[in-house]
Amino acid sequence: MDNLALKKIANEVRKGVVTAVYSAQAGHPGGSLSATDIDTFLFFEEMNVDPAKPDDPDRDRFVLSKGHTAPALYSVMAQKGYLPVEELKTFRHLGARLQGHPSMQYLPGLDMSSGSLGQGISAACGMALAAKIDKKDYRVYTLLGDGELEEGQVWEAAMFAGAKKLDNLVVIVDNNNLQIDGNIEDVNNPKPIDKKFEAFNFHVICIDGHDFDQIRAAFAEARNTKGMPTAIIAATTKGKGVSYMENNAGWHGKAPNDEQYATAMEDLDAIGAALEA
Amino acid sequence: MGDIKKVATRESYGHALEELGAVNSNIVVLDADLKESTRTCYFAKQFPERFYDCGIAEGNMMGIAAGLAAAGKIPFASTFAMFAAGRAYEQVRNSIGYPHLNVKIGATHAGITVGEDGASHQCNEDMALMRTIPGMVVLNPSDDIEARAAVKAAAEYVGPVYMRFGRYAVPVFNDPDMKFEIGKGSVVKEGKDVTIVATGICVASALDAAEALKGEGIDAEVINICTIKPIDEEILIASAQKTGKVVTAEEHSIIGGLGGAVAEVLSEKCPVKMCRIGIEDRFGESGTAGQLVEKYGLDGKGIAAKVRAFVKA
Repeated sequence: MDNLALKKIANEVRKGVVTAVYSAQAGHPGGSLSATDIDTFLFFEEMNVDPAKPDDPDRDRFVLSKGHTAPALYSVMAQKGYLPVEELKTFRHLGARLQGHPSMQYLPGLDMSSGSLGQGISAACGMALAAKIDKKDYRVYTLLGDGELEEGQVWEAAMFAGAKKLDNLVVIVDNNNLQIDGNIEDVNNPKPIDKKFEAFNFHVICIDGHDFDQIRAAFAEARNTKGMPTAIIAATTKGKGVSYMENNAGWHGKAPNDEQYATAMEDLDAIGAALEA
Repeated sequence: MGDIKKVATRESYGHALEELGAVNSNIVVLDADLKESTRTCYFAKQFPERFYDCGIAEGNMMGIAAGLAAAGKIPFASTFAMFAAGRAYEQVRNSIGYPHLNVKIGATHAGITVGEDGASHQCNEDMALMRTIPGMVVLNPSDDIEARAAVKAAAEYVGPVYMRFGRYAVPVFNDPDMKFEIGKGSVVKEGKDVTIVATGICVASALDAAEALKGEGIDAEVINICTIKPIDEEILIASAQKTGKVVTAEEHSIIGGLGGAVAEVLSEKCPVKMCRIGIEDRFGESGTAGQLVEKYGLDGKGIAAKVRAFVKA
């Protein structure tokens, strides 16, 4: 799939994110929009997954360690065919499969329940270990927030992955520099992120998380890295694609009102039109 | 029970894992730098390719177990009860309980019989914590025979199980051919005047107490509850109806463990007078396991004294 096609899908994913959060009048748009391009590449290019066979034992796995950005995951899964796009409007509603944070008990295709920060990366390590034990080729991907790196468990898991040489594991950090209380450096500085993962025996690749050429190259490099896990530190823009949400920590966990929703969809329609031109 | 053979249930856990490893290649054992203490070292020696030391990082170990289970393995995550149920509570709840993953938690060194290490390592709250997690099975075996049977039953059961074992060697009194079933208690001694519902190491103590009380004309029934959750309501109600007086005995806080579970059942379905024996809302302390069991009234003598006072009150 070429970059233009990926960009078009990503733009549709972003519309789904905004629509889901607007419909729920709750949820986390900022970090969903920053992670959208990475999620899109994973599900449409990188991972060996098939919505018709969500339980295939040989499939690649994805664990959304930053579980609050479920809107992006649900939306990319909808684009891929795991669920109807229309179902995104049920996000966070009573009785919905699309729980506020991902629950594998509710929605086939989710490889892990997540939401409590720092825990997804551990489960991803367990899956990667299972592949090693079973001598299977599947790979495991986990997406973390940069604020999430403040959780000590992330580093327990990173130490384990490095120590056990889990080269079938890729940790992606959505480095949008913002968390609920503000700039990550002002709250409790997790930087330097690259040097930390290097110190934990990871192969580290730093990229622009919105540039599909760089995303593609990074995952290829990860695939070719043997004997150690890979960490991709993706520099991103929180709220990417929606003008008033970009780089604004206030949009970490807030839903747009009617007017803001209309503006957001206009912004994304304009991006979509430019991609068609 | 002076001359009877004594075995610590952590020892039973280690041997049961070793046996299971030989017949089920899906079993993976995890530990957190305590393999000699938890006795997972036996499995590690036999099956090094299925044993992983996660180091001193219990929260991560629970997540690793969750991931292994999600990928089809049957992980046994092993550490002290303090760290399994205490330190890693939220990981157990959110990464194992909420997705209802097939993880087995082997928690050794539970209760005050940890002994000399003192209160920091004496977890008297684990059954209360684990019991509140929806779908979590909680097992607290009473001796070597029951502990081995419990580990095997846990391996066959699909879903999360918390198993509690001790450091201290305790009498082996169960029938070697006992049938173990998750969720079923057993009447180990019939009686008519008072029911002693006991769990873990207190079952043997309760039998000692019943023997002592017999000489005083108090005919105590003793029920062994290994499965703290789901608890055997039927056996509790039937005995309460018969005796009208129920005492619980456990090496755990009297808040939220066996005493709490029994009170929840009986207060709603068969209200009777109750007395809870256990650790009375306090921390433990250093001492030998034997000294602590005596001081905290969890031996036959201590239980007999409480039951005597309760029956006569």
